[in-house]
Amino acid sequence: MPLLEIRALTVEFSGTPAVRAVDGVDLTVDARESVAIVGESGSGKSQLLHACIGLLAANGRARGSVRFEGKELLGVGHVAAVRGRGIGFVFQDASGSLTPHLRIGPQLAEVGMAAHGMTQEAARAESRRMLECVHLPDVERRLMQYPHELSGGMRQRVAIALALVARPRLLFADEPTTALDVTVQAEILALVAELCREFGMALLLVTHDLGVVAALADRIAVMQGGRFVETAAAADFLAGPRHPYSAGLLAAVPTLAGLP
Amino acid sequence: MSLLELRGVTVRFRQYGAGARELVAVNSVDFAIGEHEMLGLVGESGCGKTTLGRAILRLVPLAAGEVRWRGARIDRLGQRAFRPLRGELQYVFQDPHACLDPRMTLLESVAEPLRGLDPDTDALDRARRAQERLDEVGIAADLAARYPHQLSGGQLQRAVIARALVVDPRFVVCDEPVSALDVSVQGQIVSLLERIRDERGLASLFISHNLAVVARLCRRVMVMYRGRIVETAERRAIVETPLHPYTRELLDAVPGIDAGARGRLLRRAARARPAVDDSTPAAACAYAARCPHVLPRCRVERPALQPAGESRLVACHRAGEWPGGLPPLASV
Repeated sequence: MPLLEIRALTVEFSGTPAVRAVDGVDLTVDARESVAIVGESGSGKSQLLHACIGLLAANGRARGSVRFEGKELLGVGHVAAVRGRGIGFVFQDASGSLTPHLRIGPQLAEVGMAAHGMTQEAARAESRRMLECVHLPDVERRLMQYPHELSGGMRQRVAIALALVARPRLLFADEPTTALDVTVQAEILALVAELCREFGMALLLVTHDLGVVAALADRIAVMQGGRFVETAAAADFLAGPRHPYSAGLLAAVPTLAGLP
Repeated sequence: MSLLELRGVTVRFRQYGAGARELVAVNSVDFAIGEHEMLGLVGESGCGKTTLGRAILRLVPLAAGEVRWRGARIDRLGQRAFRPLRGELQYVFQDPHACLDPRMTLLESVAEPLRGLDPDTDALDRARRAQERLDEVGIAADLAARYPHQLSGGQLQRAVIARALVVDPRFVVCDEPVSALDVSVQGQIVSLLERIRDERGLASLFISHNLAVVARLCRRVMVMYRGRIVETAERRAIVETPLHPYTRELLDAVPGIDAGARGRLLRRAARARPAVDDSTPAAACAYAARCPHVLPRCRVERPALQPAGESRLVACHRAGEWPGGLPPLASV
């Protein structure tokens, strides 16, 4: 049984006109597997993730089936039990995942207490350990700092630590490195790859950047206009995409080869 | 004579609160840009590249140094005296959402600088010139009549470029014009900038953290680290035979899209990078804390930016030791 199984998922937003953001999509993610959904802005890739964990906007509606460890997440009450526990998430904008008026330490500890019923003492120790796992320098000082005192790269590390406290079996990452500069981007990608291996986590990644896919994904699904136009093993895809849209995406990545 | 020349340009910011000290964002930077030249500036977030771009256009005050435009100093001009120059020097900002007025249509936004420079022009004439520029960047009249919230990031960035071009400038600072856009749109905007460079012969300073984007557009590239220029060279030299270890780091960071990219990334990550220490003594090389090739000398003596071959400058004590350029770290 796959860890996550999406069948005929459709996401629609009411309005004039109504918008169908995701159009009958199937996807599975196995335990410890990392899958990337790639597409340009507006292709529906983020809405697909949001629909799985019940984060659609008020006018959005998801149909079809999303099963996590065999349990249906759509329409029934399981999603709240899974969100942040079985499935953790990291978004593009780390400052959006952190509460601006809480110090880093209490913020992490809160998750441990809420998700695992840890005592305050245990939650604190766990927070410290997680910050060490994400290689944040100078942990003791960071625990006492507010999010605005950290750089963008450090904030993203804290956001990842926040997702890990609950020990999820699947991590959703929505453009985790897009807001970061190139050197920091490479560090965060390496960190995510390392943590997935260390924690035995599966990864469902959404990105427009094929550099990120090359770094992290075992399997890739290319999305355009709410549907998958190509799914393939990442290595095969990078060696030679079959769909013309995929080829266009691959050609758009700026590289150092062939300079004038 | 160069079109634009900077000598010893330094910008300081005062920090407030406990333990306040002065932050030197840009430190003694010299460079010159010739007519029609597109010069690249790369470096990581916070290295001072945006501040340097802003200093040229007097958007931040200089603490020291001078900026010359066609040989004449412009850094000490008053606002009124500088105003005519705003028609010659323009700026394209990173975030198109933040620099277009949400209550103006694109056409109105693009026409606005014309009114600012010469309020006596005819409104119809201004609108006609604005639409010409919008056509040039691929925004047709029906899109130009819309408001920013009705358009995509790529369309807005085109409008921002049109607004910089509408006054027919000679020089433009392009500050990360593609970083906020998704990859496929990035490619379109880079092509647009390439076309404008070729057709208009516009001189510019092109700022980005992505060396691959900079190298595609600019023949000459400067690398900046913590307020200083650490290497300047032709793009092929930068890419093929980098002499400064930081340039090497930036090259290694350009994401590969081949099947071997993942292995390289993981091997590099295995070599834990030391945290950057803010308390690096002022006399030391700022990169010493992060440098894989550091010598004791680097911690006490900052290397000057010195010639290293033809049209090439580098600030590293050991630059002479790798004449063929530094190899990628992952393969060491």
